[in-house]
Amino acid sequence: MDWFLQQTINGLGLGAIYALIALGYTMVYGVLRFINFAHSDVLMLGAFTAFYIAPKIEKLLGSQSALACIMVFIVAAALCACLGMLIEKLAYRPLRNRPKLTVLITAIGVSLLIEFTAQNEKVFGAAPQPFPQLLPERAIHLGNLVISSNDVLTVGVTIVLLVAMWFIVQKTRVGTAMRAVSYNQQAASLMGVPVDRIISFTFGLGSALAAIAGILYAIKAPGIEPLMGVQPGLRAFVAAVLGGIGNLPGAVLGGVLLGLLETFAGGIPELSNYRDAIAFGILILILLLKPAGLLGRSSVEKV
Amino acid sequence: MKPFHLLFATIASLFSLFLLPSCKSGGGDTIKVGEFASLTGKEATFGTSSHEGTLLAIEQVNAAGGVLGKKIELLTEDDQTKAGEPANAVNKLISKDGVVAILGEVASSRSLEAAPICQQNKIPMISPASTNPTVTQEGDYIFRVCFNDTFQGGALANFASGTLKAKKVAILTDVKSDYSKGLAKSFKDKFSTSGGTVGIELDFNGGDKDFKGQLTAIKSDAPDAIFLPGYYNDVALICIQAKQLGLATPIFGGDGWESESLLTIGKDAVEGHYFSTHCSIEQPTPEMSAFVDAYKKRFNGKSPDAMAVLGYDSAMVLVDAIKRANTTESAALRAAIAATKDFSGASGKFSLNADRDAVKALVFIQIKGGKFTYNATVNP
Repeated sequence: MDWFLQQTINGLGLGAIYALIALGYTMVYGVLRFINFAHSDVLMLGAFTAFYIAPKIEKLLGSQSALACIMVFIVAAALCACLGMLIEKLAYRPLRNRPKLTVLITAIGVSLLIEFTAQNEKVFGAAPQPFPQLLPERAIHLGNLVISSNDVLTVGVTIVLLVAMWFIVQKTRVGTAMRAVSYNQQAASLMGVPVDRIISFTFGLGSALAAIAGILYAIKAPGIEPLMGVQPGLRAFVAAVLGGIGNLPGAVLGGVLLGLLETFAGGIPELSNYRDAIAFGILILILLLKPAGLLGRSSVEKV
Repeated sequence: MKPFHLLFATIASLFSLFLLPSCKSGGGDTIKVGEFASLTGKEATFGTSSHEGTLLAIEQVNAAGGVLGKKIELLTEDDQTKAGEPANAVNKLISKDGVVAILGEVASSRSLEAAPICQQNKIPMISPASTNPTVTQEGDYIFRVCFNDTFQGGALANFASGTLKAKKVAILTDVKSDYSKGLAKSFKDKFSTSGGTVGIELDFNGGDKDFKGQLTAIKSDAPDAIFLPGYYNDVALICIQAKQLGLATPIFGGDGWESESLLTIGKDAVEGHYFSTHCSIEQPTPEMSAFVDAYKKRFNGKSPDAMAVLGYDSAMVLVDAIKRANTTESAALRAAIAATKDFSGASGKFSLNADRDAVKALVFIQIKGGKFTYNATVNP
């Protein structure tokens, strides 16, 4: 029983990060119907931004203080939001009316460009860098169970951001505009919705989420390198599809499910070898039974 | 459209920047030696270290007038720590550049990819640090200047039962790496035949960032020690997460642990753990201290690790063989490398045996006070 509960806790800690990254994928997809493959690299840039600004902020606000930690998150998220908007403006906007495939390939190109530029010795270098401890880490013991304070932080941040995203999309004017653009770009533009600005905003929001996920990921695994985003990015993409791409709670559900599956499979001898295969096999099964994902609604294309 | 064109122009100019240095032609009065290494990607510190060692060796040889009256031209290809790239790199070096020999790689998986190509083209290949036994079994043109994992696994098994007094050992293997799987197997064979019990055996994928699933299972199995034949970047994260889960069991591994990154990332979580490796830079031999001084001078005070030492030795063994063969013709060169005997390398004195493996001692290192400290030497 202890073993089961401990694995559940481990799985939740991992799943929450996948969920956070998946939220960003799903936001952009929901509005633009296109997978932003550079998302996982913005995650990496978020972690590196925090890596460089944390010492400066901690000098001002005290080392390992809650206030400094929050500031690191905010500044990194803001910088990455600007970066996300810049990527959209330079690489994706000129292709707005081209076939979707062109944009998709460009996204892969942007992703590779960022990864390999970052690996240059004069930028970040390829070797892993030690990520600073932003908050003192505590282990909470409950009987035989150990809960890391980092995992609690991750789960908390994910829940808060999910609620915030839901609120923005459903209850604000910007959110209404986002939904309008998602529904029909041309019609929205005819109704006076500034499509370019809304898409830019969506990218900014998605990139801020990626940056926050990147910092949480770096806190969990404090060796950061330019390719750190690739694996969690792929899994989060899968999580977004699993939950129903374009659907916010679905992304979180998918992420948590994937985290739990991977953790449980990892702890079983004979199966640990196949932990990705199991996670992805179940994904295929779910998609066979529910092609739109767990919470996605299948839509009928009207002619 | 304009910004997009600008992006393309940037990409194009970046590409040309990367390509130019490797495109310069050497002419006929140099001896071309090829090298492939993981200069970028996940195991970049391995490739960077071995490359720097190799580069230092070639520069020293050239400064002393070269070999056979010619300078050596080192052509280096980056395989990006990616499967598939070593084959491309080695094919290019052999067929396009026409190198006389190949130096590389540290990781066994990538050496195993290049070895059949070198064997087929009859171009001698010397691996600095690939320890998987199958590497040199690829053919008679494939050599290494390090010991193999049959020896290393055996030494680690003796270490577990002797120094650590462990009766039950859990094993955590990187399924993506031939090195890790090979070392785990030779450890297991030796440890179980000498009376130890192998506890739970779990796998991970190199590059994973979360190992708590495996570590929780290991914790419930309660072994006396954990054998972790992995590479430094994964090892550091595994040690951190083991500590988070309150796992106080000693962890030990092989030469894949050795990198400064293990200390800078693992910090206090790797404290007290052990690994075996090829040499210690604290070794009091004149060859080692000369190498360490030259390396520090050449690379801005950076202190070398075992991969740098072996990269240096691999190039020096090749140069020595070219001298003795008095030609770069492949069959003669191969025979000269195979005849390497009592070679005084920076890592120590060694000979190549009939299996084309170096016969040399192994050292154990313990991480103490945030430093790699010499623990013991095991002779072959």
